[in-house]
Parts: sequence; structure tokens; C-alpha cells
Amino acid sequence: MTQIVDSKIETEDQDVGATRRGVPRWIVTLSSVAVLTLLWEWFGRDINPVFGSYPSAIAEAFWELVQSGKLQAATLESLRPFVVGYGLAIMFGVPLGLVIGRYHVAEAALGIYVTAGYAMPLVALVPLLVLWLGLGFAVKAAVVFLMSVFPICINTWLGVTAVPKSLIEVGKSFVAPNTVILRRIILPATLPYIMAGIRLAVGRAVVAMVIAEFFTTISGLGAIIINSANNFDTATMFVPIVMLMVMAIGLNGLIGLIERRVAPWQAEIAGRDRE
Amino acid sequence: MLMAVKTARQPPLAADRSTAPLAIDAAGVSLTFATADGTVEALSGIDLQIAAGEFVSLIGPSGCGKTTALRIAMGLELATSGRVTVDGRAVKGCGHDRGMVFQHAELLPWLTAMQNVMFGLEMKGMRGAKLRATAENYLDLVGLGSSRNRRPHQLSGGMQQRVGIARALAIDPKVLLMDEPFGALDAQTRETMQEELLQIHARTKKTILFVTHDLDEAVLIADRIVIMRDGRIQEILQVPLPRPRGDLGVVRGTKEFAETRYHVWKSLHAAPDTPTVH
Repeated sequence: MTQIVDSKIETEDQDVGATRRGVPRWIVTLSSVAVLTLLWEWFGRDINPVFGSYPSAIAEAFWELVQSGKLQAATLESLRPFVVGYGLAIMFGVPLGLVIGRYHVAEAALGIYVTAGYAMPLVALVPLLVLWLGLGFAVKAAVVFLMSVFPICINTWLGVTAVPKSLIEVGKSFVAPNTVILRRIILPATLPYIMAGIRLAVGRAVVAMVIAEFFTTISGLGAIIINSANNFDTATMFVPIVMLMVMAIGLNGLIGLIERRVAPWQAEIAGRDRE
Repeated sequence: MLMAVKTARQPPLAADRSTAPLAIDAAGVSLTFATADGTVEALSGIDLQIAAGEFVSLIGPSGCGKTTALRIAMGLELATSGRVTVDGRAVKGCGHDRGMVFQHAELLPWLTAMQNVMFGLEMKGMRGAKLRATAENYLDLVGLGSSRNRRPHQLSGGMQQRVGIARALAIDPKVLLMDEPFGALDAQTRETMQEELLQIHARTKKTILFVTHDLDEAVLIADRIVIMRDGRIQEILQVPLPRPRGDLGVVRGTKEFAETRYHVWKSLHAAPDTPTVH
């Protein structure tokens, strides 16, 4: 017994040694951002301010937008359809992916629509959506939903098909009903895939939000982008763009945190042993 | 082949057919499946009777159908023809009267050892304080009481398989079906597990059907050895070692062990379709 425990500890020691070597990752990331910002600042200043901008000018524009209160209002306005559309995409995409992955009939009947939907040129369909849903909140949430539901669904679907057959047989051999196998074996085994799909969908949802603001009622952060572009105020135009990218990074990190909370075994099992 | 038929029809150990039904009774079990190259016969005409409390090991080379036979007994696969009964009831699917121990333990990685054992019990409808107490009991039985809150990846291979055994035993099945459970363990751990399994067998009196490809293991732990080849039973052999067997290291040194081992070895190495000669 002690031998078993000892050998376990030994392998863990080796793993720790392999991953803890070198500079902390956040320092590498921070240095990379700093270098890029400096280079942008250095070369950006030489460019005509209509054709480009640079970090300090963008920061100045950011501060002006914050002081006038415009940025906060626009962000709130954009976030509402974003949260609703993205939330609904998770609520529909995950169960749909589970069902398609689990049942052959569902896969044969619905799989093609999901695959096709993922490649749907949504921008082209926005005018049609406007006809159906009007120009307001609903159409924006719908665009966000349609852009993000498919990657979530496809990833869940793939995850279900990747669940080891042996784990499902464990359920069967203990006479677990189908619903229990789906909820207590397939769902947890698929969680890492679901979380990956939810992460992938962040980027698409952000893009969808801006598209919706461009092509329906011009509002929110999209409005700041369009209006400042029309005024050749490139620095101001970059403020929401940079902000959205930062927001996507933050959201991604948040989802990673949630993933480690709901699926802690995954982070512990999965190999982070990379060069 | 003649020999096999004759031994197969011998009454199994300690069987009292008038009062207790056989723990496992397989008659003419065959399984064929279609492939691109035509139909393949995975099992053909398996007849096997196992008495309650008996410990039988199924041995044979890879692809001989031993795991398939076990899966049919479990109800994970259905025979094309023939009939299997467990404790007098025909097998039509999985049931709580059979407990399966898988080759690689197959614990649910998101559950602790305790929750893994509880999973099987919950499927049987057990709830509340009794559920926890039963699970704790069986984890204690396999010597894992202190590790009950660890997740599978925090356990060694041997410990994982102990949890697998506890999970199967906890539902109090009539029959324990084990599919090469110690095959992936290192030699030392395997020996410890074999001794512990024998102790568990002595204590719980469960009927055990144990698939293995390890000749020594088959002889050390079983009452009877079923030697399989090409989907058929080649020979059934009574192991002349008394119970309890105690220290398996000592058992290995006995004449009976050596003789039985040699007999099984010869049978496994006999040319196909050649009857074993004694």
C-alpha cells in the first residue's frame, strides 16, 4: 500500500518540476503587450491620424468618452442584447448538442441544420431578421444568439460522441435509465467540450453584437465606431474596438475560471506539460 | 473437444440442484456478427454451469471470446442464440443481480471514490443515511476507508480497481463479473489484489466469474478454470487447491499449483482442433 502511494507522489514531483520552470506566464504576457504597445506608439505617431492611430491618442479619446458618460451608456446598451443572446445560445445550444450527440435519429434529423447554421452568412440575413423582429432590442439579441448558438451546439455534440463507451457501459451495467446516463455520465464527461464551445462563442457573439448595431438601429458601442469613423476621428473609433477585444479576453478568462470550478477534475487530469 | 464436452457436463462444485438454482447457467450460447468479410462467430455453443459461491476463471488468448462471454452474462451484449440464466432468471439485459468490475476500473472521474460507490447504490434506489453507510462499509471492505473523498486520478491503479470492486459488491449482486480487472496492474499490486479478492470471496461467498489471460492468476484464485479458444470452450478444469489459500506465494510453491499450471499451459498451447490428452 505504501509503495503505491509513494510511486504516485514521485510522478507528481516530476510533473511539478517540469511545469514550474522558467518565468511566470503573466510576466511573459505583460511584456508582450508592453512591447507591442510601444511599437504601435512609436510607428503609429508617424501615420496620418485619419488613416491610423496610436495608444496614447486612443487612451485620450477613451478618457474623453468616459468623462462625457457616453462610453458607459453605450456599453450598457450593447451589453443587454449581448447577454440575452449569448445566454439563450448557451441554454439552447447545450441541450440541443447533447440530444443530437446522444440519439442517432436526432443527429440524422437535425445535425445538418446545425452544421449549415454554423456557416450561415448571417450578415446577409440581418435585413430579413429586421423585417421579422423590427429594429430594436429583439433583433440584436437574435443576431447574437444565431451567431453563438451553433459553435456551442457543435462542440457539445462532438463532446458527446467523444465520451468513452466504457463510461456509458458503467451506467448501463448498474441499470441507470437513459435520462440518468445523459445527466450524470454524458453531461459531466462532455463539460470540457461544452466550455470550449462557450469560449469559442464569445468571439462570435462580440462580432455579432457590433454587426447588429451597424445594420439595425445604430446604437451602443457600434454607434461610437460608425459615428467616429464618419467623422474621421480614428482614435475614438478604436476605443470601443479595443474595449471589445479586452472584454473578450476578460470573458474568456472568466469562463476558464468557471470551468475550473465546475470541472476541476479536467484541469487536474489534462496534461499541462508543454514546452 | 470430446474431453471438453465431458467435463462441461460434470456437476459443478458444491451444487445442490434440487434446492438452489445455479448462479449462472449458460446453454448453447452463440454470438455471430456480420462484417465486411462475412459473418464472424465470436462464440459458438457455450455450455457452462456455475454453482452459487463458486469462483470460476475464464482464460484464453486474445480474441477467444472470453470477454464477450462475460459481457453476455452481464447483459451488455445479447447472444444470437442460446440462453443464459442467472440465479434462475433469464438474462435479457443488465440487472442488479450482477455486478461488473471493468478492466480499467472505469470510475467516473468527476466523482470521489465514495460517490462512485454511491452511484451504483443510487441506481438500485437506495437513498439517505443507508446509502452513505453502505458505501462507507464497502470502501472499508476493500481497505479504502481513508481515501473515500479522493477522486480517481488521485488514486493509484490498484486503488482505483478496489473502488471498482467496492462499487460492484455494494449493490449486493448474486454474481460478480470481472473482466481482466488486474491486467493493467504491476505484478506486486496484482498479487496483493488477488489475495484480497480471495479474502473478499471467502467473506461474502459471492459467485465470481473472472476473465483473465494470466495463467498463474487463473490457477491461484479459481475453483474451476474454463479454457477457451476460438469462441468455444476447450476444456474445463477443477483446481485441486484447497481453500482458504492464504499466502499465494506459498501456494505457488506447491506441487498442485505447478501441475495445474502445466496442465492449463499445455491446453492453451495445444494445436487448434486437437483434443487435449491426459
